[in-house]
Amino acid sequence: MPLLSPQDLQAFGLTLRLAATVTVLLLVLGTPLAWWLALTRSRWQRPVAAVVALPLVLPPTVLGFYLLLLLGPHSVVGHLMAAVGLSALPFTFAGLVVASMLYSLPFVVQPLHNAFESVGTRPLEAAACLRAGPLDCFFSVALPQAMPGFVTATVLGFAHTVGEFGVVLMIGGNIPGRTRVLSLRIYDHVEAGEYHQAHMLSLCLLVFSFSALLAMSLLRPRRRQRG
Amino acid sequence: MAESGGLHARLQWRRGALVLDLDIALPPRGITALFGPSGAGKSSCLRAIAGLERGSEGIVRFAGELWQDSGRGVFVPPHRRRLGYVFQEASLFTHCSVAGNLDYGYRRAGQPAHLDREALVDQFGVRPLLARRVDTLSGGERQRVAIVRALLSDPALLLFDEPLSALDAAARDDLLGCLEALRASLAVPMIYVSHAIDEVARLADHLVLLDAGRVVAQGPLQATLTRLDLPPALSEAVGAVIEGIVVGHDAHDHLTELAFAGGTLFVPRRGDAVGSMLRCRISARDVVLTCERQHASSALNQIRSRVVAMAAAEHPSQCLVRLDAGGSALLARITRRSWQALELAPGSEVWAQVKAVALGG
Repeated sequence: MPLLSPQDLQAFGLTLRLAATVTVLLLVLGTPLAWWLALTRSRWQRPVAAVVALPLVLPPTVLGFYLLLLLGPHSVVGHLMAAVGLSALPFTFAGLVVASMLYSLPFVVQPLHNAFESVGTRPLEAAACLRAGPLDCFFSVALPQAMPGFVTATVLGFAHTVGEFGVVLMIGGNIPGRTRVLSLRIYDHVEAGEYHQAHMLSLCLLVFSFSALLAMSLLRPRRRQRG
Repeated sequence: MAESGGLHARLQWRRGALVLDLDIALPPRGITALFGPSGAGKSSCLRAIAGLERGSEGIVRFAGELWQDSGRGVFVPPHRRRLGYVFQEASLFTHCSVAGNLDYGYRRAGQPAHLDREALVDQFGVRPLLARRVDTLSGGERQRVAIVRALLSDPALLLFDEPLSALDAAARDDLLGCLEALRASLAVPMIYVSHAIDEVARLADHLVLLDAGRVVAQGPLQATLTRLDLPPALSEAVGAVIEGIVVGHDAHDHLTELAFAGGTLFVPRRGDAVGSMLRCRISARDVVLTCERQHASSALNQIRSRVVAMAAAEHPSQCLVRLDAGGSALLARITRRSWQALELAPGSEVWAQVKAVALGG
């Protein structure tokens, strides 16, 4: 018997594709959000930060349930999407991406927010007094100084997406090749009494998670004195 | 102010419990010190001039350019103000080397031909540091890098926010020397925030005294520091600043002789060459007044002066006496009892006695 069946490998590939897509999209969208959270003096800062943190405490099934209602073909969003010729999101890979992005949002935004906060405003002021405009300041000072936060955000966002279960079950169903990710496949194996296959996949996830966390701590530069 | 090339700022804002209401006019050349006790609003004032302080309302005009006019919605952001800012803590970019820090502003200013990067690097002794990481530098080294970095961004106005306050005595002295040299060589006006009167006396040409968010006096350094009407919070700072020429050194007694308008002064030996200008601060509390020249006194300096005016000091036992020594202003803090015992009055001829020991450093 091979170590991993073709179906297992398919689930493996799908999971990696999902996690990579979600992580890239979250880094692109989460960076401006984290930057805003770190610098704004708006009274909306705290409510927005709380909404971002919500997936940390909400049961994934609750999140998945609401998304199902919100994105389903009979919802407002569903009607709108049908009107422009798009199929409804539930039970598709795109739906899985949207749901995973919401679910993993705090794991990307919070490290970035903390990193931007610890950079502080002083280096940005120093850059502004050296003739750097706001965008220049962001790319030449804030981004490189917040790099450890980006490493953390990438690793956590990716690993967390790989490990999700409840949300993908609710919004994605369990369709081979489209929405059947690793965690669902393990569940299937256990349900069918295939403990050997469940073992193999679980071990893969365990090794992956450990490696991710180890890589994160190795990549992070040693705590430096502030200049 | 008559000179159109200088800085004029009229700003009001609130910062916590402190209400700042400032109206300052600075000459287009030389170093202006913003001096005052902690919490007087000196740094906030500097930040507002740079455009870093949110919430300040009013007008800032520099060298004919309008930087801020809240009434008309004008606000030029800091990066378009052509200024150099040296912060209290160097704020170097930790993700760059020393050379990377120096070139940050230099590149953005377009590497102007009139700026000699190599000469500045040597003048401030940062050449051995160029490849170093910023977090391996000492406090004094960081500030020297920060100063060169600011100079290389080709500023039209240089702002210093207590650049020496975090340094130990040796590094502080070293940097004061660098700044004195800079004052002599640079035509760019500078604003220097400090709460250390000795730094101000050595560096500044013009003085703005701040207390509790307001300007209490401004004008040329010597004239402003010898005013009799300064608030009690500034009483330790009042005194004369004598600018003289080094006329000789006494190698045996380790003394330097200084000639100024009112006579000569002996000060503890300094390294300055004969013929160079030297500044010396005479604190009001270090001056003793006598009616006659003393022939058996340990005070090396006896300066013939005339009493100009007297004013009450903050303690009821004391008074401040303003003297004129051949055109140089001196200030003496004495007791009211002595004032009466010596029968002093405006116009009285007196001898101001100053221990050379009090003129050290």
